[in-house]
Amino acid sequence: MWEYTDKVRDHFFNPHNVGEVEDPDGVGEVGSLACGDALKLTFKLDENGRIMDAKFKTFGCASAIATSSVLTEMIKGLTLDEAVKVTNKDIAECLGGLPEQKMHCSVMGREALEAAVENYRSGGKKKHQIEGEVVCTCFGVTNKEIERVIRENDLTTVDEVTNYCKAGGGCGGCQGAIEKMIETIQGDKAKAEPVSVPRRAGRLTNIQKMQLIQQTINEQVRPALRAHGGNIELIDIEGNKVIVAFRGMCAQCQLAEHTMKEVVEVKLREFVSEELFVEEHADSTDQSHEHIKE
Amino acid sequence: METIYFDNNATTKVAEEVLEEIKPLFCDLYGNPSSMHTFGGQIGRRISRAREQAAALLGCDPSEIVFTGCGTESDNTAIKGALAAVPNKRKVITTRVEHPAVLTVCRELENRGYRVLELGVNRQGRLDLAELEEQIDDDTALVTIMYANNETGMVFPIERIAELARSKGSVFHTDAVQAVGKIPLNLARSDIDLLSLSGHKLHAPKGVGILYVRKGTRLSPFMLGGHQEAGRRAGTENVPGIVGLGKACELAAANLEEENSKVKILRDKLENALLEKCPDCRLNGDTEDRLPNTCNVSFEYIEGEAILLMLDKYGICASSGSACTSGSLEPSHVLRAMGVPFTAAHGSIRFSLSRYSTEEEVDYTIEKMPAIVNQLRELSPFVAK
Repeated sequence: MWEYTDKVRDHFFNPHNVGEVEDPDGVGEVGSLACGDALKLTFKLDENGRIMDAKFKTFGCASAIATSSVLTEMIKGLTLDEAVKVTNKDIAECLGGLPEQKMHCSVMGREALEAAVENYRSGGKKKHQIEGEVVCTCFGVTNKEIERVIRENDLTTVDEVTNYCKAGGGCGGCQGAIEKMIETIQGDKAKAEPVSVPRRAGRLTNIQKMQLIQQTINEQVRPALRAHGGNIELIDIEGNKVIVAFRGMCAQCQLAEHTMKEVVEVKLREFVSEELFVEEHADSTDQSHEHIKE
Repeated sequence: METIYFDNNATTKVAEEVLEEIKPLFCDLYGNPSSMHTFGGQIGRRISRAREQAAALLGCDPSEIVFTGCGTESDNTAIKGALAAVPNKRKVITTRVEHPAVLTVCRELENRGYRVLELGVNRQGRLDLAELEEQIDDDTALVTIMYANNETGMVFPIERIAELARSKGSVFHTDAVQAVGKIPLNLARSDIDLLSLSGHKLHAPKGVGILYVRKGTRLSPFMLGGHQEAGRRAGTENVPGIVGLGKACELAAANLEEENSKVKILRDKLENALLEKCPDCRLNGDTEDRLPNTCNVSFEYIEGEAILLMLDKYGICASSGSACTSGSLEPSHVLRAMGVPFTAAHGSIRFSLSRYSTEEEVDYTIEKMPAIVNQLRELSPFVAK
């Protein structure tokens, strides 16, 4: 059970400003059903350009609803310039704090507010657009968004980034990329303990090399494949030739054959040895499987 | 405020009769059953009695009962122990809807070079037996498939599956944690080789489980140490837990009928009323081949954790397959495997009753639930007005 503050509980059980403002000046919609939370924020300005009324509709857990409710209270009376300065930290603090794993709710509030302001400033035309390149494909989180939560909340671990914007919380395939972003932004502040366990060693005996190849496939490749209904099997190692078979979805998707082989090769070269190359085992495509239907 | 406990698939109340039975074992009869003196030795007889009580419920010989620390330990022991005993076979078959105590273990096996096949299920949560039959080959060391699903209550045709596995020469294990006490078992007449159960789902205390090991099944022990449980599970016996579980098994045998009549009638009343009174909701699973106590319903456009908190305000305990309640960011793997869309998976609620549930509790929940659903839908951006 989550430990929610009394203020979170209060805003959840008695949410303020539920609904949609009539004839709104700005509309912001973020999140989706698939992600498990979504927020639609609408506001109306007075003649002085201050937010006169703000309302919300939220699909999500108690903290998502409480966050939306408190946000509408916080922005009433603000000019838009003042409103866009509200950070996710401000929202969380206003609720007396949120559980770490729920911080993404406060980020969703801030995103909705920004989207609504953007929508107003573009004359009501602009819908919220995702900026930057998608890093986390499971939850559709971009590098810009990740960078921002790292900076604004002074985050130093991948787990924290996941708590704040969900990135890295699905298949885990992007955790390496997030780790690199943290290193770039935070420098020495980044925690010493990396997510990626094996590191390329100097000279390896044959046994050590084989074990490291197996470990790299287990830890660096399989989790990402699994998340998309696929799998990989290490068939054999002959010198520097690593023979693998793709199962499930990966084996069936024609395009994937090349890309998957390359991904495995990149990982093996990074973690084991530059000289390795990957070949696909002949019976890979014989395996029956079901495509994951989303 | 009174607690209405509809989360019996998570854990159950310890039966008063069980508590009475184990009370003297803490301060008076605290001896070690392995001791040579009478004071300790007399405890051994209590464990034998518990073993007989458990065997009576399962329809097997007492020597086939191994007491363990929990259901998860039983599953781990069964899977790893069975594989270690047949090192030349490298394939394991399971399903995508198993409890993590099985699924996580199986997925870890892949890292050790095993080929693991996870069978899918259809929309109602049923397996394709033809696919299973096709998949069991000479290399298949183990088939491990749950008896009944903890989230939906769907019951698999385990006797038929065990028969298939046996006919193809593979060991068969079933996680029957949710099924025992609700489905009559007669293991002496079945092809099941290994079966796990957990005490605390059966009105016994937490911290005790059973692994049934059919006579002749090769199994390497998981826990090494002393000679307890005939060398199959080392470690000083959890005497109060074991004695309590024995008593709980005796009670379960006596109450099997009630679980399938009284409890089922209450569950059906709750389920039918919810489906009727709350628009845009759907049953997860099917009305047939299902445990008599479990009901899993999805309420579209709203999120499970929010529903649970609202129910909690009225003292009603249930659980959800939503992402927010799991601590992970993904909704229930069981509902996803059944192809339940995200819209419904996030808003799924499981009510699981027990023989202690009452009609008043069911009526109270039926009264409260529609208002909770409406209130949350008022907040939802996905409900068209």
